[in-house]
Amino acid sequence: MNVRREFLVKLAQGAALAGTGGLLWGYILRNEARAAPYALRPPGALAEDDFNAVCIKCGQCVNACPPHILKLQQAGGSLPIGMPYYEPRTGACVMCPDIPCMKVCPTGALSPRLERIEDARMGLAVIDIENCLSWKGLRCEICHRVCPIKGRAITLEAHPRQISKHAMFVPLVHSDACTGCGICEHACPTEVAAIRILPHKLVQGKIGEHYRLGWTFDTEVTKDFKPPAAPAVADAPVPKKAPGMDYLNEGGL
Amino acid sequence: MSQAAQASVEKLQRRTLVARFWAWRYIVLRRISQFGILLLFFGTAHWGWSMGRKVPLLSGNLSASTFAGLIPLTDPFAALQIFLTGHVLKQESLIGAGIVLGVYLLLGGRVFCAWACPVNVVTDAAGWLRKQLGIQAIFQLPRSLRYFILAATLVITILSGLAAFEWVSPIGMAHREIVFGLGMGFTSLLAIFLFDLLILKNGWCGHLCPLGAFYSLIGRVGQVRVRFDKNTCTHCGECARVCPEPQVLNLKKLEERGYVYSGECSNCGRCTPICPEGSLKFDFKPMIRGHNSQADAFQRSTR
Repeated sequence: MNVRREFLVKLAQGAALAGTGGLLWGYILRNEARAAPYALRPPGALAEDDFNAVCIKCGQCVNACPPHILKLQQAGGSLPIGMPYYEPRTGACVMCPDIPCMKVCPTGALSPRLERIEDARMGLAVIDIENCLSWKGLRCEICHRVCPIKGRAITLEAHPRQISKHAMFVPLVHSDACTGCGICEHACPTEVAAIRILPHKLVQGKIGEHYRLGWTFDTEVTKDFKPPAAPAVADAPVPKKAPGMDYLNEGGL
Repeated sequence: MSQAAQASVEKLQRRTLVARFWAWRYIVLRRISQFGILLLFFGTAHWGWSMGRKVPLLSGNLSASTFAGLIPLTDPFAALQIFLTGHVLKQESLIGAGIVLGVYLLLGGRVFCAWACPVNVVTDAAGWLRKQLGIQAIFQLPRSLRYFILAATLVITILSGLAAFEWVSPIGMAHREIVFGLGMGFTSLLAIFLFDLLILKNGWCGHLCPLGAFYSLIGRVGQVRVRFDKNTCTHCGECARVCPEPQVLNLKKLEERGYVYSGECSNCGRCTPICPEGSLKFDFKPMIRGHNSQADAFQRSTR
């Protein structure tokens, strides 16, 4: 009886120790991973949770990066420990077409499924329109000019204003083309960058299934109300040789 | 202590200066190996050491690396943890883990601890200083604790979906920050140093480290072992005094097996040169039985 009792007590003690230790350890892990949404990862990085799990923290991507912008998070830093990140304001991704950082990743945390660097989605450029020089009416547009996917990731839109003021040319970011390389943030001339790269999760909304943009598609009902397509009107034939006189003095005097 | 053992101890004390320095040969080799590995990683990361045309020499760190742009090397324990998070690694990592496992299956698992791990330099220094200062233990922990920590690592990895040890490993922290730049990683080394120096003898490597526990488990099949010759041993105990894992030198088990059987032996080479009778020697496992029977036969013939 005594032996069994001793055994049970030992068992309970061991379980208590393992439980508290495990809880503490788990807490540290979760706390460490909590900062992950703020990190900008190299091109091809898996989704946040998968990247946290798969990255082995070896730093081969850091060694392979030609402009040396990738860093490993040091212990005690604000991002999850040991994993690669970059800060566009001090060093933007130059979008190497051969994606060397992804190629050397041994674990697949930087996924080889990324074939073209233009398809990378490291983050999304976001413009603070209150502090953007172009939105204030100056001719800046630096972000538009430095953008490697100029015209698709960042476009300029002309906003006409009243007479005596020239039109505003304001930059707009398009998430379907922006890779988040951060060259715009790096180049932005304001004291604190007015265009910044943030992880998609922190800035992008989602419409949801329940909103239907009725004007973008036909339904059984709208189809009936549509005016019939106007018959194609043939243009008047253009004569090969216009009638009338080409030259007043034709035929000689 | 028997007379023969007394004689052995005196033999050790009478060693010439040259012999005393010669006894340090494995320690010197281990430091060269440990710092050499660090230097290769550091040189590749910071000075662009490469082979031929822009092929980095040894890129990465102890978690994973690529030698000469061709041979992948992966920490098998880290790979196991990532696998347990429910992710399949790229083939390259799996091959790398296989290569590293193969090397340690051949050389003995904890050869990593004594010959590659940078933390070992710190714990050896703490152990040496502790001996010089004669610091007594405040409390004891069972050496089997590391196996429980190893099990906890794997369980927490499965539950949290994060490689539990890799996220808190002071080995990884310190190593990364030696290779990639200064940071708080050194505080983890300082903590381990103070723990080993003031609190528990061989505290980190001998009681807590789950990586060492992992390598202990695979080390049992290691092929390079310390052979024990029971005919010449005088039981003087000098080997156990220098050994950081003295439980592996259990005399009864040594006599039974004829070599250091436990995977907890790190092949550090402290005991083999210190032994005054030459009873402990590095040997290749398949040849140990033959060598021991030869020694037995020699003993019988001279009796």
